[in-house]
Amino acid sequence: MSENGIIQGEFFMNGDEACAEGAISAGCRFFAGYPITPATEVAERMSSRLPEVGGTYIQMEDEIASMNAILGASWAGVKAMTATSGPGFSLMMENLGLGVMLETPCVLVDVQRAGPSTGLPTAVGQGDMMQARWGSHGTYEIIAIVPNSPQEMFDLTITAFNLSEKYRVPVLIMSDEVVGHMSEKVVLRQTAPEELVERPRPTVPPEKYLPFQADEGLVPPMALAGEGYHFHATGLTHDERGYPAMNAAAQDRLARRLVDKIRLNKKDIIQYEEAWVDDAEVVVCAYGITARVARHAVQMARSEGIRAGMLRLITVWPFPEEHIRELAQKVRTFLVPEINYGQIVLEVERCACGEANTVLLPHMGGGVHHPQDILKAIKEAIQ
Amino acid sequence: MTDTAMADSQFTDHYLRVDRLPHIWCPGCGIGPTLGCFLRAIDRAELDADKVVVVSGIGCTGRAAGYVKLDSFHTTHGRAIPFATGLKLAKPDLKLVVFSGDGDLAAIGGNHLIHAGRRNIDMTVICVNNFNYGMTGGQMGPTTPLGARTSTSPYGNFDPPFNLPQLVAASGAAYVARWTVLHVRQLEKAIADGLTKPGFTFIEVIAPCHASYGRMNKLGQAVDHLHSYRKRCIVKNEADLRETEISLHGPIVVGKFVDTRRPTFGDRIDSMLHRAHDNKP
Ligand code: SF4
Repeated sequence: MSENGIIQGEFFMNGDEACAEGAISAGCRFFAGYPITPATEVAERMSSRLPEVGGTYIQMEDEIASMNAILGASWAGVKAMTATSGPGFSLMMENLGLGVMLETPCVLVDVQRAGPSTGLPTAVGQGDMMQARWGSHGTYEIIAIVPNSPQEMFDLTITAFNLSEKYRVPVLIMSDEVVGHMSEKVVLRQTAPEELVERPRPTVPPEKYLPFQADEGLVPPMALAGEGYHFHATGLTHDERGYPAMNAAAQDRLARRLVDKIRLNKKDIIQYEEAWVDDAEVVVCAYGITARVARHAVQMARSEGIRAGMLRLITVWPFPEEHIRELAQKVRTFLVPEINYGQIVLEVERCACGEANTVLLPHMGGGVHHPQDILKAIKEAIQ
Repeated sequence: MTDTAMADSQFTDHYLRVDRLPHIWCPGCGIGPTLGCFLRAIDRAELDADKVVVVSGIGCTGRAAGYVKLDSFHTTHGRAIPFATGLKLAKPDLKLVVFSGDGDLAAIGGNHLIHAGRRNIDMTVICVNNFNYGMTGGQMGPTTPLGARTSTSPYGNFDPPFNLPQLVAASGAAYVARWTVLHVRQLEKAIADGLTKPGFTFIEVIAPCHASYGRMNKLGQAVDHLHSYRKRCIVKNEADLRETEISLHGPIVVGKFVDTRRPTFGDRIDSMLHRAHDNKP
């Protein structure tokens, strides 16, 4: 451990623990949560580590309270996170929307399990992907990223905090039970100050400050509670002063900006990984744990001389639509394995827009795909 | 609202967003006087206004956050307390005030209310109790007296109400008081006491909503409605909290009910995690 409590070095640890360490390395000093399988280890790790780095852990009475507490902490100027799974994720949705509306940087980890409802609490699912995009009511845009290993649970948690601070939006880490619970080698490191992004801050005195006035970047500078700015922030539609503005023009201005600050910066936000796509006839498009299984299947296909490729989504929201559109011009078929009955496949199909076939390979949850099943689907796709 | 006369400026104006006036509250509503008491209590308690943060939920009372010229948050329905909890724990030098209504705090937010009391989080909750949901047109809620008529209890309410002081005291609050909006001085003092006392402090304010609750229960015009509450009041400090239930026409026990000292959540963090904190950067 270094002097400031940041752990460095190589460790064998699970994805949930790595996520907690990533948060601490990113400067997160507040965690509010509620125990839920398979995300509990994130909370456990935070409860032991935060006091060592001068942070605060609180176990709230439910996930609704947890989500609100991290919003409050963020407005006090402290980077904040919560972690949950399906049922808790559902409970957080209303106040995720408050986070979007108040433009509050924070990170929400969803270690997905199979649903609906209580479902399979201890077993994997990827059924919350559309909920991540559309789960809160109203018009908005969100950022969601999907790690596929404990190392990425560490690295992408740092990315999540950076994006959240930069765009003043809650960022979702859409992990899953396998990635959360699997143990692998993880390299923990201190994040260099220049690698850390901090929220834009006001440069004008309080009497000149308009809390929701943004420049071309569309992200307004954020004052913090207790600094003397005497600002107002409301979940109601508001104007640049933060005052409620109950009319369609104000709604248009605000909702557009909340969406556009993400949409117009997609290039900066979106990450994906590709292998063997240049000459591919069929591209397997997958994310999270399924991408690891799929990669193995694509490798097997290649060794049999089949022109298969792999597109692994790291950022799922905003969706990399331009890239899928381009690929659709070149490939015959997209094969989308996912641990649900068809969610991200709908986006792929929309972007492929009839230029390429789109085939779903669903798994209802409780386990991952068998690589042989994906290989079989690849073979069927090229026939 | 075009012919609404604006009152002359008051000495609490520096705490108000006067550019947002007139407010949305009905003339004669009890929320405005409560807000006035709170703003005067800030000075009385000699607080640094830069550090006072007001958090509200949803409803007529929830709009209070939008009228104060302090750092203020108008959050979602029922969630002011956990939002304020995050603010307080992340920045302990802030003075947190939750200003909201009975439906917001005791129905949809009831779980947060009792848990904040249990933890003894250092914040002051001002709960304007007008026995119904005013903003949505006067529906029954968790404080509506038995037999009272509301737009969703047209035959009289059969859903027993919470006795808020008893509930909050049992949860562990450090300070619990109840006054009506006509007890201006006592209310102002109670809020100032709450603001200066460490821990979870709760002030219930019995307030008229003549537009809905008063009209439906034939309690008269705003002023008559107020006076009827005043007449029904019995001041009883340290009252037995089993006797502070409120019925439709019966007595209303008011006063300072609880004033104790127990460690706040922040105190406990500091003492129990002392060793871990010593390692902090
Ligand atoms: S409806 Fe009732 S509570 Fe709401 S502003 Fe009017 S009088 Fe006050």
